[in-house]
Amino acid sequence: MKRFAALYLALDASNRSSRKLAALADYFADAEPADAAWALWLLCGERLRHPVPTRVLKLAAMRVSGIDEVLFADCYEAVGDLAETIALLLPDGGADDGLSLAAWIEQRIQALRGLDPDAQVQALAALWRCVDRGDAFVLNKLLTGGLRVGVSRGLALRGLAQATGLAAEVLAARLAGGWRPGVEAWQTLVSPAPSRPTGAQPYPFRLAHPLEQPPEALGAAGDWLLDWKWDGIRGQLLRRESAHLWSRGDESLDAGFPDLIDAALALPPGTVLDGEVLVADGDGVAPFSALQRRLGRKTPGKALLASHPAIFLAFDLLEHGGDDWRERPLWQRREALEALLAAPDGGLARIRPTPTVSAADWDAAVDQRQAARQLRAEGLMLKRRESVYGSGRPRGDWWKWKLDPYTVDAVLVYAQAGHGRRAGLFSDYTFAVWHDGQLLPFAKAYSGLTDAEMREVDRFVRRNTLETFGPVRSVRPELVFEVGFEGIVESNRHKAGLAVRFPRMLRWRQDKSAADADTLDALRCLLG
Amino acid sequence: MNARTHTPPLIRLDAQGLYCTAGDFWIDPWRPVPRAVVTHAHADHLRQGHGQYTVARPGLGLARARLPDDASVTGLDYGEALQINGVRVSLHPAGHVLGSAQVRVEHRGEVWVVSGDYKLAADATCAPFEPLRCHTFISECTFGLPVYRWPEPSVIGARINTLWREAAAEGVPLLVGAYALGKAQRILSLIDPTIGPIGLHGAVDALTTVYRESGVTLPATLPVAGQARGHDWAGALIIAPPSALNGTWARRFGAAPRVVASGWMTVRGARRRRGVDAGVVLSDHADWDGLLTAIDATGAQQVLLTHGHTAPLVRVLQQRGIDAGTLRTEFAGEDGSDAEAEADASP
Repeated sequence: MKRFAALYLALDASNRSSRKLAALADYFADAEPADAAWALWLLCGERLRHPVPTRVLKLAAMRVSGIDEVLFADCYEAVGDLAETIALLLPDGGADDGLSLAAWIEQRIQALRGLDPDAQVQALAALWRCVDRGDAFVLNKLLTGGLRVGVSRGLALRGLAQATGLAAEVLAARLAGGWRPGVEAWQTLVSPAPSRPTGAQPYPFRLAHPLEQPPEALGAAGDWLLDWKWDGIRGQLLRRESAHLWSRGDESLDAGFPDLIDAALALPPGTVLDGEVLVADGDGVAPFSALQRRLGRKTPGKALLASHPAIFLAFDLLEHGGDDWRERPLWQRREALEALLAAPDGGLARIRPTPTVSAADWDAAVDQRQAARQLRAEGLMLKRRESVYGSGRPRGDWWKWKLDPYTVDAVLVYAQAGHGRRAGLFSDYTFAVWHDGQLLPFAKAYSGLTDAEMREVDRFVRRNTLETFGPVRSVRPELVFEVGFEGIVESNRHKAGLAVRFPRMLRWRQDKSAADADTLDALRCLLG
Repeated sequence: MNARTHTPPLIRLDAQGLYCTAGDFWIDPWRPVPRAVVTHAHADHLRQGHGQYTVARPGLGLARARLPDDASVTGLDYGEALQINGVRVSLHPAGHVLGSAQVRVEHRGEVWVVSGDYKLAADATCAPFEPLRCHTFISECTFGLPVYRWPEPSVIGARINTLWREAAAEGVPLLVGAYALGKAQRILSLIDPTIGPIGLHGAVDALTTVYRESGVTLPATLPVAGQARGHDWAGALIIAPPSALNGTWARRFGAAPRVVASGWMTVRGARRRRGVDAGVVLSDHADWDGLLTAIDATGAQQVLLTHGHTAPLVRVLQQRGIDAGTLRTEFAGEDGSDAEAEADASP
């Protein structure tokens, strides 16, 4: 535990990738396999499933530190992180007892789950005596869930790559598909013998980058294949011995999408498709909010499966006839994909090739892109016909060319302190538009401002607070921001009766006063 | 202790600041007044434009350095009593920075103490905090939450030394952001000067000179501005105000690691917002335990809290049967969580 905590604190203390990398490599070079496996799993963003309820954790912390609920809440508001708040409040005098990370997790933390709340409070008090304050923070992070240490999965893998001499891409591929820590799993992971994904393991997803130049810069339009950029979730559908669906975040979607899993069983074994998971709306696709209803259920009921049928719009073929096709050119993969899904024995209405977009030149492509919104797509994907799928993160042959977002000028009406890097800083805002002389909230946003702007808004909030509702403050409606978003639907989540997708601040309109902000009617016009 | 229910408070807040009615003088006023008693030389307590200043004698040099030449400034020894319009006024060490004082005000048997800023931890650059008994204690409350608890100064010194040695081993300087008045000199007193040379930003250098002239012994330092453009700072410790760390001034040090020394660095969020490589938890204010200890030692029945996040401490004191409240002063730090206030308020 001590070593892992030291690694965590070293990663947390530095904002330089080179130092983080060195700390990771040092750790993995000589950590015990059982510890290294847990460490990697945690650093990759996985979390222990709620060993204790937050309520119990708070209660134990208040008992041990001898402070009441109100004072605890004040502290939490100032710190912005529960694990850290508790660590800062623990009495001095805890000392490390030398148990390894794996033993801590397997024997102590996971053992908390079965206990009743009183016993959990007692057990937590005992655990906190076995760590010093810095380590208590790391322990609390394990108890509350994610580590969020500012290490990306990629950086963790690079650290491991440096320690083992294996390529990071190889490690990524071996980790995909629900890897679980364990001594044996660790040894397979770091084995020098070559391997490729088998069983339920997906391939590493190839990513596209935003196109930040005119498409003409890409050369002849004829060299490029155009696809709709769907507003769903990216997925890899595997048909090997059985069928599996993985999200790009390496989350299993098997349980949530039994309709797609069933359909995939009709594919020939040895097939892996890359595509977009969506909900069908007749021949077209439903808005993202429909897909959200499916994502909100771990296992959907019959009614939901019938009212919100999932489809998989495939745009790439990674494994075909049991062979790895990733090094073949895109045009070949697409031809084979269309043949595969058109095959009469397939009859796979749920798994379809994404419709092709044809454009003779870039002007025609611009027109097509404008049409995207009618199809509920976000724009176009541009992929070089000769491009391989590859196994790393190549840049340059795949671009996403999204439509400009919707925008509206809205007034800041509520603010809440952020978490993590923004702890104690009013950085989460609620925005409103005018309706009948009143400001109606319609969106929350917390990204898009520079640190300096955020500090300035923070100062504004502190000086212009009208009322305080727990952590939320209502503020004098004076600041106007250009808020951008991707989609808009009817909703009762906000008073305005609308909900927008991916809201973020595009600009602080210091040139505008609240009276100049947009109206609800203007916003409703975008509903289409 | 005397009942005071029928008389007006000995010290109250008016538009100029903390006003002693019976004595007709102000303590740390923020608008010009004829007569000011000033607790210490930080800019939010020592302001220009008053008719007459009284400060603790060890802080005379700092006060003069920060006021126009023609300002009328008088030094008063710690513990020495002064009669102002029949009110007995004396200054006592606050342990905050060189010359920092608590103001003890006594009138017809009633005693009030205005703490100014204070800390209880050891500090070689100033006289230690002196607990005073009083009826009413007006206390600062910058770090008024139990999450703020300071490590021992020796631990902090060792931590800075470690960071410095690590930087030196990599052939780069270590940049430490610290208040130019007080914190910077305290760091000088805590570190091991044999590790390497020490360079000071102009603002820090000027005040360090005043500290030396006031009789505080500090290790040898170099003014950064006095060195040639291409001076090699590898292995040096550089002390500058926090706001200078990411500005053009610090560019000459390249990618050298930057750390900020402040009580706010207790909280990761504050440290990460600053975008520094490390935070060193070093404050010249009392931590939570320090506030409670100091308040307890006064035996005061009434405690009025000034700058900081006062509500939680007011509540805790009330639970202990103390008549506690908040005084809305204009001292620095709008809110306990405003990390930039402490770090940048000093020039």
